[in-house]
Amino acid sequence: MIVADRKPIQEILAMIKADKKILILGCKGCVTVCNVGGVKESEILASTLKIARKQQGNDIDIDVRVLERQCDNEYVAQIKDIVNDYESVVSLACGVGPQFLSEMYRGKKFYPGVNTTFFGGAVQHGIWEERCAGCGTCSIHDFGGFCPIARCAKSLLHGPCGGSSKGICEVNPDTICVWDAIVTKKMEAGEIEDLMGVKGFKDWRTSRDGGPRRSIREELIQGNI
Amino acid sequence: MSELKSGSNLEKVLKAGYFAFTGECGPPKGANVAILKEKFQYLKGNVDAVNVTDNQTAVVRMSSLAASRLMVEEGLEPNFQMVCRDRNRLAMMSDILGAHALGIRNMLCLSGDHQSFGNHPQAKNVHDIDSMQLIALVKKMRDQGKFLNDEVIDVAPKMFVGAACNPFADPYEFRVHRLANKITAGADFIQTQCIFNMDRFRDFMKKVVDMGLDKRCHILAGVTPMKNAGMANFMKKFVPGMDIPDDLINRLKGVDKKNQSEEGICFALEQIEEFKQMQGVAGVHLMAIEWEHKVPEIAQRAKVLPRPVV
Repeated sequence: MIVADRKPIQEILAMIKADKKILILGCKGCVTVCNVGGVKESEILASTLKIARKQQGNDIDIDVRVLERQCDNEYVAQIKDIVNDYESVVSLACGVGPQFLSEMYRGKKFYPGVNTTFFGGAVQHGIWEERCAGCGTCSIHDFGGFCPIARCAKSLLHGPCGGSSKGICEVNPDTICVWDAIVTKKMEAGEIEDLMGVKGFKDWRTSRDGGPRRSIREELIQGNI
Repeated sequence: MSELKSGSNLEKVLKAGYFAFTGECGPPKGANVAILKEKFQYLKGNVDAVNVTDNQTAVVRMSSLAASRLMVEEGLEPNFQMVCRDRNRLAMMSDILGAHALGIRNMLCLSGDHQSFGNHPQAKNVHDIDSMQLIALVKKMRDQGKFLNDEVIDVAPKMFVGAACNPFADPYEFRVHRLANKITAGADFIQTQCIFNMDRFRDFMKKVVDMGLDKRCHILAGVTPMKNAGMANFMKKFVPGMDIPDDLINRLKGVDKKNQSEEGICFALEQIEEFKQMQGVAGVHLMAIEWEHKVPEIAQRAKVLPRPVV
């Protein structure tokens, strides 16, 4: 899923400082799963902002809605009758949400209420880790089921750098050296040869380097499926 | 190896079977050519080639390419270091061509320290290709006379291709395989990370010799003289991939503070003596970090002077 972090409350307060009536718009997709932008978090944010503004002697009216998803115009359209009741909207969806909203409701201001961080999953309750860089050419199977593009700080393709120590990455003591994990697994399996040789130079056009990407599924466009 | 690949002094010295002795020079944090030239004087005549570091520890310094050229002009031979952190494949190939055009004939291909350790930790890193692929790229440009996309190069860059090896990082069992892969990719010579744990390095070199890697590549052992016990402690605690045995720290601590640098140099000299005899070791790479003025003395006392003229 797409993982996001809360934005500091002061940052959100600064965004909405001129507004008296706003909508907090949550999302039931990834941000609900990673506990940052679902029903509960939207309501907590609304209460927090109200209290903060009250303390400033500058009361604010805040409503909360939560859409099924904000990355689909079908759902984004569901606020068309109410969106003009608000001076601005704080979206708690990933970075896709405020953009789909801005594209549909051109005259309105939509603020991102979270910082979208990575594609990953929960490794334990309350901790999420990155697993995928969305490079567009998946070859996880070449690396024992681990992705060095996303998980090695230098995206190395031929083994650990000199900063790998006791299975930990030198860049962050909380991060495993993914190359240690790959090598250990391959050595245990007697498949060290898989890691030898020079790998093909990566074609980054399928990643962000090729420009913003589109995914086209003709059969869906034609309505066959 | 009958024909010279780049014709560099380092290549000739190694090919002729001499025990090579290379040095290192970090470009200044500024455009201070005078200070660079002063450092050159300590190295000139005392080493076969000098590594010119490329924004080492991810701290911005004068470009390694420019400093390498300044070195050529002063009659020293540079070993131009290039890291994958700061350049994509276009910039790399362009700089490789430029390096050849400027009279540079050795290159050391590195991944590069992560920018989070440097003085611009906010920077975006590149890592378009990695050090293994950089080795293969320089070799392709030299031997096939082609760019990565197979277009023909008009006057191919001739480089003696170097790579690094850290026998002290984990996972240890894989390190010799990674070295083998770098040699297969095209490394003509290897310079190891600073060696302090001699037991481990002896074991590593045994593996290297058993696999016959020393016959396919020239391996230079990395030596850094410790200035004092504080430096040893710092490196042990804060420099990733460094293996500093307590024995060495205790040895340095065991003498008066004012004599610790001499003790550090003595340890380095003992290491160099052992490397001269060690099977598979073709030379020493002396990294006297911000201590270039000590190189003449160390070279003299290590009995590696005069340097061969090939």
